[in-house]
Amino acid sequence: MTMFRKLTLSAVAAVSLLGTQAAAEGDVHIKDVDFSFDGMFGAFDQMQLQRGLQIYTEICSACHGLEHVAIRTLGDEGGPALPEDQVFAYAEYYEVFDQALFDGEGDFRPATPADKFPAVTSVGAPDLSLMAKARAGFHGPAGTGLNQLWYGMGGAEYVTAILSGYEEEPECAADANMDGYYNTAFASGGFPASCVDEEGHNMVLGSWIGMAPPLYDGAIEFADGHANDVQAMSEDTAAFLMWTAEPKMMARKQAGLTGVIFLAILSVLLYLTNKRLWAPHKKKD
Amino acid sequence: MSGIPHDHYEPKTNLEKGMEARLPILGLLYTTIMAPTPKNLNWMWIWGIVLTFTLALQIITGIVLVMHYTPHVDMAFASIEHIMRDVNGGHMIRYFHMNGASLFFLAVYAHIFRGLYYGSYKAPREVTWIIGMLIYLLMMGTAFMGYVLPWGQMSFHGTAVITGLFGAIPFIGESIQTWLLGAGAVGQPALNRFFSLHYLMPFIIAGLVILHIWAFHHTGNNNPTGVEVRRTSKEDAKKDTLPFWPYFVIKDLFALAVILVVFMAVVGFMPNYLGHPDNYIPANALATPAHIVPEWYFLPFYAILRAFTADVWVVQIVQFLSFGIIDAKFFGVLAMFGAIAVMALAPWLDTSSVRSGRYRPMFKWWFALLVVDFILLMWVGARPTEFPYDWISLIASTYWFAYFLVILPLLGVIEKPDTPPATIEDDFNAHYPAKGSTAAAKPAE
Repeated sequence: MTMFRKLTLSAVAAVSLLGTQAAAEGDVHIKDVDFSFDGMFGAFDQMQLQRGLQIYTEICSACHGLEHVAIRTLGDEGGPALPEDQVFAYAEYYEVFDQALFDGEGDFRPATPADKFPAVTSVGAPDLSLMAKARAGFHGPAGTGLNQLWYGMGGAEYVTAILSGYEEEPECAADANMDGYYNTAFASGGFPASCVDEEGHNMVLGSWIGMAPPLYDGAIEFADGHANDVQAMSEDTAAFLMWTAEPKMMARKQAGLTGVIFLAILSVLLYLTNKRLWAPHKKKD
Repeated sequence: MSGIPHDHYEPKTNLEKGMEARLPILGLLYTTIMAPTPKNLNWMWIWGIVLTFTLALQIITGIVLVMHYTPHVDMAFASIEHIMRDVNGGHMIRYFHMNGASLFFLAVYAHIFRGLYYGSYKAPREVTWIIGMLIYLLMMGTAFMGYVLPWGQMSFHGTAVITGLFGAIPFIGESIQTWLLGAGAVGQPALNRFFSLHYLMPFIIAGLVILHIWAFHHTGNNNPTGVEVRRTSKEDAKKDTLPFWPYFVIKDLFALAVILVVFMAVVGFMPNYLGHPDNYIPANALATPAHIVPEWYFLPFYAILRAFTADVWVVQIVQFLSFGIIDAKFFGVLAMFGAIAVMALAPWLDTSSVRSGRYRPMFKWWFALLVVDFILLMWVGARPTEFPYDWISLIASTYWFAYFLVILPLLGVIEKPDTPPATIEDDFNAHYPAKGSTAAAKPAE
């Protein structure tokens, strides 16, 4: 019995280790960021989401869409929670194509909160709705998934690292004439042969990404006077994209907590019931 | 129904008598709920309830998800996001369903290994075992097809890889693959039929579960000693058993509640931990993910599939002997299905006269190694196919087959088993000695 219990425990442990698998082509280093929404009790910072929305609107939306996000959800609790009039005002900022207009021929009209953010596909930039869930910042170690267990999947950290990961091209690439921009957090872009050593290892982190550095210090003035250096803005953007990817995170954690507490109490009650039920047969009374 | 002597249902009121005369469903329910159950069952006998619960959970959440899902290549991904964002409670329902699959497989692996350790597959429970294996196969098919439905990158490219396995069958493989997909490549026909089958198969599983329960209610449960309940008289049988209700229902519900605490925590706090981030990228035929990795519960068999590469001498010999018909790819496919087949054949491969591993000193260690082997395969199945992982998966795969094909048959001959207790009652009393009695020795583990 003890043996079986041990085996079960180790099996359960092993299963929990096997979350996701390392997928990085090149070496990147993604730092853990202490986001307000990390952990079981973590919550989105409404002001941070609003700053992120501002950065998205003024910078990212030039090339990237949020096709799964309805504009009305900007007013949702547990999100940026804009007041209703601001949501309406914000919606008018966008134009959407409406097939119903112009006798079924379709035409553009100002967006309403019921519309989704327009999909932007023309420039080949990926949609950002789910970006923070579609990338993992943390892997392993050795395919065990332990890092994700401690730090989370690291999607928001990945976004932060990409936005703040631009650096001067390393010396080894000086003559390589690479397309794109050197980014220490981007794993799957172009990489010059001149930066690979004799053993086939990359000598520098990251690779070359197509996206030009979108942020620079002071690119945006926040109404609340919040820090607007690249690192701070990267984190704000990442938090906003975490919300677009997982808008119900607060409701989910609340449900999780309620469920865990309820089931824990139920477990105790059933334990006591079971104990009393079996006691006469175990000759303990 | 049951072979164990037991009390029968006595209709008392006129309504009950009238009903029983017309449709004896109350009697059927009574014998099922009150089934005499060995009273020494330990905590490894709780997984059946967990599995039944999970099947119900998956069917109920699944039915609700279908109300909002669109099986179309252009709309499937967006309809999942619609569920996650716009449907009331949709994000919870979907995360329950997603992680429910993992709970299902965790429980089924614990259940299977319980059976392997305590010899639950041995006569007269072979039919129960075989039905169980069929359920497990259907579960794998259902889980795989369910994973296709969100139409993300892993859905799409995983489908290409898995249906490609059938393409490895000599001569007819490509036709089978085309037939499975309904087209030459993964697309709308595949999505539609996988959706249809994903909805259908859980109900077939439910039917098989009823047969599974019927079969072991007829033979009686196995138990940690592997000793049968005494059938000499109703009194003797009662000394070995307690009715399923309330004793085991309450015990199992307690275990289920504890497991659900963990499950709820996973769903509430880390619902994407067991998934792959790439599946949040819409399917794109032109961009293949760097690593196509199946869900964790497929990894042991995926590792076996990949272990037998063309540079393994066994593969080369088989390829030579079969005039090249069985190449490395097809060998891998055969090995993967063979790994499950040998498990299904365990009742006939195990030659030991003693049923429970508890009384088999050598078997215990080989079994422990099998559990380690399974976990190792699961880990290595997610690693790249390079040194040293290729060697690890080859050795671990070999042990999997060796356990069933060599060790199980041989152990029965060379091992000298311990003597199990004479009755279940003795085992139970040894665990729970009466107060003041010192006679009963502590049971040896």
